[in-house]
Amino acid sequence: MPGSLSKDAITIILVTAILIWVMPLMIGTYTLTVLIVYGMLGLSLGLIWGFGGILCFGQAAFFGLGAYTYAVAAINIGESTVPMILAVIVPAAFAALLGAMMFYGRLNDVYLGVITLVVTLILFKFINSTAGPQYLIGNARLGGFNGIPGFQTLNVPGRPDDYIWGDSYFYVCAVLLGLVFFLVSALLRSSFGRIAVGIRENETRMSLLGYDVRARKTVLFAAGAAIAGLAGALFANWAEIVTPSLFSLGQSAEIIIWCIVGGLGTRLGPVLGAAGLAYLKFLLGQQSLVDNTLITGLILVLFVLFLPKGVVPALAGLWKVSFGRRPLGRIHQQRRMRNRGRVNG
Amino acid sequence: MDLTVVILVEMLYAVASLILISAGLAVVFGMMKVINLAHGEFMMMGGYATITAVNLGVNIFVAMLIIAPLVVGLIGLVVERLVIRHLYGRLVDTMLATWGLSLFFIGLATMIFGNTTTGISTPIPGFAIGNYQINGYNFFIIVVAILLLIGMLSILKATRAGLIARGAMQRSDMAAALGYSPDRIYMATFFCGSALSGLAGAVLAPLVGLVPTSGGAYIAKAFITVIAGGPSLIAGLFSSAGFFGVVNQIFTFAISPVIGEVALLVAAVVLLRLLPQGITGKFFKGKL
Repeated sequence: MPGSLSKDAITIILVTAILIWVMPLMIGTYTLTVLIVYGMLGLSLGLIWGFGGILCFGQAAFFGLGAYTYAVAAINIGESTVPMILAVIVPAAFAALLGAMMFYGRLNDVYLGVITLVVTLILFKFINSTAGPQYLIGNARLGGFNGIPGFQTLNVPGRPDDYIWGDSYFYVCAVLLGLVFFLVSALLRSSFGRIAVGIRENETRMSLLGYDVRARKTVLFAAGAAIAGLAGALFANWAEIVTPSLFSLGQSAEIIIWCIVGGLGTRLGPVLGAAGLAYLKFLLGQQSLVDNTLITGLILVLFVLFLPKGVVPALAGLWKVSFGRRPLGRIHQQRRMRNRGRVNG
Repeated sequence: MDLTVVILVEMLYAVASLILISAGLAVVFGMMKVINLAHGEFMMMGGYATITAVNLGVNIFVAMLIIAPLVVGLIGLVVERLVIRHLYGRLVDTMLATWGLSLFFIGLATMIFGNTTTGISTPIPGFAIGNYQINGYNFFIIVVAILLLIGMLSILKATRAGLIARGAMQRSDMAAALGYSPDRIYMATFFCGSALSGLAGAVLAPLVGLVPTSGGAYIAKAFITVIAGGPSLIAGLFSSAGFFGVVNQIFTFAISPVIGEVALLVAAVVLLRLLPQGITGKFFKGKL
């Protein structure tokens, strides 16, 4: 990544400010809020998959876990600050346990995918079967397939009657996304992030260099889960209900599609991919001619076949070819980019 | 006594249905190393093919055992030519493309058949053992699963086609040097795998209400059965289906069907942690 962290911070603040100002002129803030939440969810997988090389098929599990944690805690506490914090900590702790089990077991890519998939299914099945009144956490009934409605939504910290909703909730979400984006940038610029990218490129070499690959992967996995949990809590506040469909495989699939379409190994790609595709889905939902799932599937197949790097790297490449300065060693540089396989952006 | 018989039959049935669910994937994933996440949808389409054929007046056994495998096999052929062919050896990309295919087929089925539950009745009546009623169709599934295993074993082991297929999966360059086109062999093998998935979907169709998203119910079970089975195709399929089926039924009878399902998945995670190469990576080594 070129430039420095402070430069990053300035860019992020400027872009966030402009987008907060411009976007509501085009799309309603209610829709925009959920696009932002999805963007954050996309970023969470983009971090662990694009930079850590961990393909997690169960990112939706952490999303749903965050949402459920928030809902249950909000009903029991009646205030939103502690539940928000819990919604970040619980998925992170869960991911740390799961990750430790997987990475210390030295499971490879495919098994990793299958285990995360299976864990998501277990959660989905379990939550779906909790319809009876005996499934109670504190005062909150888990509610099975119907989910949990009617919990305390986000309020100004310390003032439970001062709800944050509508336009102001949109601003909160947008600023939080900017903040998370900055934190991810900072993480990737730190030595931890650079070593994570090294592990993605060549795990054996990094472990021979003396880095504890297993511990680092576990920590990165947990960090991704924390972001997904935060997105889940924000989603719960937006929808004002949490249902088991948050854990579903369809949800997991969508997150992966966002990352592929947006571009792996970039920070911006998954965010844009998530927001763009979610908006496309919203537009498609207003017509009944073609089924929504069909289009999503088609997009994924076509991107894997024809544009496996995603939109953002492709556009960045186009930009470089058209306007970029290529002082010397043009061919050499191209070859290096190709060998690296992914573009850091 | 009666209860013991019932539990025994139910266990056999659970093992048999796991074998059926996983057989197609064992060929496509176990042999060809193609992670086919659309496997569940192939089964779903097998079910729909059966129901459509039966509604058109075809005998139900003909529809299940001949029409459904053929239809799904042909769909698999088209998929292989258009998509999978370009992705051999690219594990993650195959996974994503087939996930896209699975969504595509769900959408297609929703557009054609609508988002409602359809079904046909089981063609074999139930009967009573003592105080318990047993579904006669369960025996049909057990018989089909046994015949399927025997059939796969004899084709792979005793015929020239099976030998060529196995050889090409191990060393496609060698097979090519000996004059067999790996491209054709892969195509034919994928056809067989898809047809097996279609057969499984068709045979299980009378037992479930079919919706376009039915495939999702099978996919995880199929994958964990094949992966836990390990490198040997048939021995792995048989041993892991046996293990998971018994675990599932014990917990189903002791607690509830949902806990049975969860127990199956937990057993899979634990098993993979202990035997990352699968059951046949440790036992029955080198068998087919």
